[in-house]
Amino acid sequence: MRVLLLAEHNNDTLDPATRSALTAARQLGGDIDILVIGDACRPVAENASRLAGVSRVLWVEAAHFREPAAENLASQVLAVASGYSHVLAAATSMGKSVMPRVAAVLDVAQISEVIGVLGVDTFSRPIYAGNATQTVQSFDPVKVITVRVSAFDASDEGGAAPIEPVEAVSDCGLSRVVGRQLTRTGRPELGSADVVVAGGRGLGSRENFIALLEPLAQELDAAIGATRAAVDAGFVSNDLQIGQTGKVVAPRLYIAVGLSGAIQHLAGMKDSQVIVAINKDADAPILQVADYGLVGDLFEIVPALIDALR
Amino acid sequence: MKILVSVKRVVDYNVKVRVRADGSGVETANVRMSMNPFDEIAVEEAVRLRESGVATEVVVVSAGAAQCQDTLRTALALGADRAVLVETGAELQPLTVAKLLKAVCQREQPKLVLCGKQATDDDASQTGPMLAALLGWSQATFASKLTVSGDRLTVAREVDGGLETVECLLPAIVTADLRLNVPRYVTLPNIMKAKRKPLDTVTPEFLQVDVTPRLKTIQVCEPPARAAGRRVADVAELVAALSSRGVIA
Repeated sequence: MRVLLLAEHNNDTLDPATRSALTAARQLGGDIDILVIGDACRPVAENASRLAGVSRVLWVEAAHFREPAAENLASQVLAVASGYSHVLAAATSMGKSVMPRVAAVLDVAQISEVIGVLGVDTFSRPIYAGNATQTVQSFDPVKVITVRVSAFDASDEGGAAPIEPVEAVSDCGLSRVVGRQLTRTGRPELGSADVVVAGGRGLGSRENFIALLEPLAQELDAAIGATRAAVDAGFVSNDLQIGQTGKVVAPRLYIAVGLSGAIQHLAGMKDSQVIVAINKDADAPILQVADYGLVGDLFEIVPALIDALR
Repeated sequence: MKILVSVKRVVDYNVKVRVRADGSGVETANVRMSMNPFDEIAVEEAVRLRESGVATEVVVVSAGAAQCQDTLRTALALGADRAVLVETGAELQPLTVAKLLKAVCQREQPKLVLCGKQATDDDASQTGPMLAALLGWSQATFASKLTVSGDRLTVAREVDGGLETVECLLPAIVTADLRLNVPRYVTLPNIMKAKRKPLDTVTPEFLQVDVTPRLKTIQVCEPPARAAGRRVADVAELVAALSSRGVIA
């Protein structure tokens, strides 16, 4: 049993998603090596080496891994993958782009968005937007897995694994990243936030969305999320979408404001610990999953809630 | 330039699925089936590329039971030129579908393959990148904008932190995200026209692809239900409830 975990990072810090994937890896048992692929990314390798339960950190640097293309990342994973029984990554946009390539070249199935480790070859995962849970067993010699981050707590520090440099594969030249527009909010990251405040079409406009939800998020030190309808209406950027096709979150507290709770949205948040729904429609589906439902005008309730929290 | 688009027949996304009592899967008998919504976006994008003169032909491919013909006819009604069905009664998993599509690509020689970013039944999100890897092609997943110029493709991708723009060498695989386009409505005249468009049927044996599943489904069950919540009358009651649960300070 040897597990290889592909790290997610920005060359500077390790993404918390990797710490959650590590927790899933530790449930498999066996030795765990973390693979850090980047450029000038020594701090990331050091982060990874301090995590509990890690045997080794494999550290690869090359200029073409500064803003890596999925094709190159997959080649690098394949170059070190031999001898491992499991190859894991968090089910982020990076993991979802790279791991199917790895699995296809190894001629093995990939198991997506694992939410439970039931054995070394048996895993549970959501299907149909989380309306059903499937348990699958893999008969392949290597299990290639992406881990749903919200289903596992982040692993703590407490280790001191050796960092071993690994030779980089050459640039395959198939594609390259030519630009990035990353959203900077100054708020906690949506995928790992303790509290999420999410808004829907009920907020009516981008101005209202910001005027009401920003101060509420500020009071609660929360991340801001949105429904597909709110994103499509231009209230917020696409990376804040929560749901089947957006982010999946499971914070301690989820406050849903002016959103009805379409099944595609519920798929992205129904595992939150405590759900609060504020909606004018007493029949909105979100009120059926909410622990606390407050029916009324959000334009009165939200400012009152902000005042009460101050 | 020829474009190939893969389409999957799935339970309609508006249907609330029911888990079979014996835990063998989700009930699909007498349930409304449709084209996977992301595949519909992929078909629309391909048709737009042909309408704008970038592409010359749009071929749609599906794999599965004979009823997938309906899905292919829908794609033809959206404007695709020709369809190929890989007909099989076997349970198809993403790796197998990628191998079938690879075999079809070798026969059809497209310059671009468009797929949905995920299917709304298994939510696997694997087939596109797997196909790219098997063919040794470039890929751009989660596309929200796509431009072709010469032998290159520029794609805006929806990634975790925002948007990323990648430039790919053709041939390439692109998987469509929600905001790539809004598919057109299928009109009655186009449905009639689609009935006369060519639809070829092949089999996995003919394509020399082994369809044996690699994963065994042990069980499908309902996710744990949430305990019923309660209504609170006002903000004060809400704040008190949240405080006593310890979720706010």
